[in-house]
Order: sequence, then structure tokens, then C-alpha cells
Amino acid sequence: MSVFAELIGHYNYFITIFLMMAGLYIVIARGNMIKKLVGLSLFQTSVYLLYVTPGKIAGGTVPIIDPAYSIYSNPLPHVLILTAIVVGIATLALGLALVVRIHEAYGTIEEDEIFARDGEI
Amino acid sequence: MKSDVLLRIGVKLILPYMLVFAAYVQLHGDYGPGGGFQAGVIVAGMVIVYALVFGAKAARQIAPVALVERLAPAGVLIFAATGVPSLFAGKRYLDYSVFGHDALHAHEWGVFLVEAGVITTVAATLIAIFYALTDREHS
Amino acid sequence: MEIYINAVLLTLLAVTSCAIIRQRSLFGVVMLAGTYSFLMASVFVVLDAVDVAMTEAAVGAGVSTVIFLIALHLTKSREYPKPRSAVVPLFITLITGFALIWGTSTLPPFGVADAPIHEHTTPHYLDAAREKQIAANVVTAVLADYRSFDTLGETLVVFTAGIGIMMLLRVRRRRGPAGGNEGEPS
Repeated sequence: MSVFAELIGHYNYFITIFLMMAGLYIVIARGNMIKKLVGLSLFQTSVYLLYVTPGKIAGGTVPIIDPAYSIYSNPLPHVLILTAIVVGIATLALGLALVVRIHEAYGTIEEDEIFARDGEI
Repeated sequence: MKSDVLLRIGVKLILPYMLVFAAYVQLHGDYGPGGGFQAGVIVAGMVIVYALVFGAKAARQIAPVALVERLAPAGVLIFAATGVPSLFAGKRYLDYSVFGHDALHAHEWGVFLVEAGVITTVAATLIAIFYALTDREHS
Repeated sequence: MEIYINAVLLTLLAVTSCAIIRQRSLFGVVMLAGTYSFLMASVFVVLDAVDVAMTEAAVGAGVSTVIFLIALHLTKSREYPKPRSAVVPLFITLITGFALIWGTSTLPPFGVADAPIHEHTTPHYLDAAREKQIAANVVTAVLADYRSFDTLGETLVVFTAGIGIMMLLRVRRRRGPAGGNEGEPS
């Protein structure tokens, strides 16, 4: 029972780390730049989860104050992640703009082909 | 650009409600989930949906490029300027207590101005990003 | 109850991320990334972060999917079936993953009310909201009042990224060094 309690108590962290590693694996193992950016955003989203998870209190509610409730989850991680998401989309778009420019210059978005082409010149 | 008639009518039906929802999210952010960031994304989403269905040219008529590109820095300016009155009152930058007599009232005015800056920048920047990417297609 | 809903949603997230790794068609990858974002938004609702969930659903599943699709349209939609070895990346991610999991063993378990994160500054915010010094939605209040410097910085970063994209994409097209036929001058 205690193993199960331990597992369910840390399940969020396990999945967060799994998602993080999935993102890291895509970034390292795949040569396609758009796939790499998807991997990066996977990693980024898992960081959001890592922040929001400890803020949850079992039996708590959304941090909007109302006399009917007394336990609230921690609002501070929500604030940090809220701004991080919008900054994340802006930087993701910047990355995609770079990919578009690379495609125009090299005619490909595969990293291996770009390296090969750079070697030729 | 031709689209399915259902798509065009559907989008026309949805857009006003999206606008009202964006305004609700923006102005009711003090008492419910929402705020400038979310409302900004919804406003940008409106323009993007419109552009996807009616074409980028039609979208540029309701949200001209020049306007969008001026609004993005204007939002940052609104935000930064919100902090200036408190400096003249001898308080710290972005201290909202100069905007009203009691704490809650002053706070609400401050948050309103700051969120107005945030929605302007976020919406305008996302629309500008969308325009810049779609422009590339035709150039 | 909520802990089980949470566990099911998280498992679905893990499955989706595996599908993203295996999917070769980039269109499929982008669509799966949208699904992933919606699932993540549901997880945030269960974790009481409604503001974050709203943003994630609008940004992650809405705007970023559209931007990815435009980028796919401007480039190529098929991943190159590369002969790259998967052994080294797998080794690196497994080692890092196990190190991180070992690190979580001392973290407080999920949902505990007396974890250190709830002891500092947060009671102050909640008390201020209860005494009606700040607005009822504590997230908005902290975002725009207590941490307004932070938010000013974030707004500036969004704006700066927008400028960067315009600088990158407003430049006139030139023929690429290797003469890729997509790079024809207009």
C-alpha cells in the first residue's frame, strides 16, 4: 500500500520527467527542425507542469477568493507560468521564422543535409 | 480565396461572440479566470480565424498592418506609463495607490491600465507574427 | 477523486508524447501537439490553475498550431527518414531521466497542504484578497500588482520577439547558396 501511495503521490513528477525526456529525445535524436521545435515545446510544457504540480492542495479550489471556500491552491506558480506560456509562443514563432529562413537559404530543414551542404562550400 | 459556405457563415456567426468573450475575459479578469494575456490571444485568434477563412487580404482590411505594428509598442508604453504617476507622487514605480482613495479601488484601476497594455501588446504582436509569416508565402 | 482524474490525464499525455516521437508526418506531429496542449490544459484545470489552462488552450492548441501549419506550408511537410542512430540519444535521456526521478524522491507528495511552497508569501496574498485589499482573483492580482515589474518584462519580451520575427521575415528573398528552387526571387 505504501508503495502505491508513494507512486501516486509522485506520479505527477514521474510523468513530468517522462515528458521532459521525450522532448529532450526529440531534440537530440531528430534532424528535422520543425520536429525539433515540437520537441522543445514538449519540454517547455512539461516545465509548466513541474511548476503547477506542487501548487495544488488536495481538496483545495481555484485561487479566486469566495467566502464559501477556505482552502485555495497556490496562485504563485500560476502567475509565473501564465506569462511563460505567452512568452513561449513568441519565442516559438521566432524559432519557426528562423526555420523558414533556413529553408529559403538551403532548400531543406533537415539538419544533416544542411551540415553536408555547409561542408561542400 | 474560396471557402466552404458553411465555414464562412459559421465564422461570421462565431466572431461577434469571440469578441464579447475577449472583452469579458479582459474586464472580468479581477473576479474570474482571465486577464490581458488570455484576452490578447483570443483577439489574435479572431483575426487569424478570419484570415484563414476569408483570406489574408480581407483580414488586413479589419486589422491593417500599420495599425497592428503601432499597437504592439503602444501596449508596452501604456504599461510602462502606468507606473509614472506614482513617481510624481513620490512613491515607487508601478505603485497603484495614487489611482484611488481606498486600496481595492486604486488596485483595480492600476490592474485595468496594466491589463489594457498587456492585451494591446499580446494581440498586436501575435497578429503581426501571423502577418509576417503569411506575407512570406506571397513575396 | 481528482488525483485519479489527474493520473488518467497524465497517462494520456505520456501516450501522446510517445505518438509524437513515432509520427513521421510533420502534419500529424503538429496535430498531435495540439491534442497534447488540450490534454495539458485539462490537467491544469484539475490542478486548479484555470488561468493557466485557459492560456494553454488558446495559445498551445490554437495559435501555435496555426503558426506551425503556416511554417509547414512554407517548408516541407514530410520528415526525412534519416539513418541516424537512436542509441546515444536514448542513453542520454535515460540517464538524465533516472537522475531526475531519483531527485524527486525527496519532494513532498502530491497535494500536501503543508509543503514548503505554501508557507511563504502565498498566505500573504490570500489574506490580502480576503481583506479585500486586492481583487478576488489572486492570480490576476499578483500578476498585475505584486509582480507587475515581472509582467512588464514579459510584455517587453513578447514585443521583442515580435520585432525579431519581423526583422527575419521582412528581408527580401535571395537565391540560396546552393540554388534551392524554393528560394527564387519574386
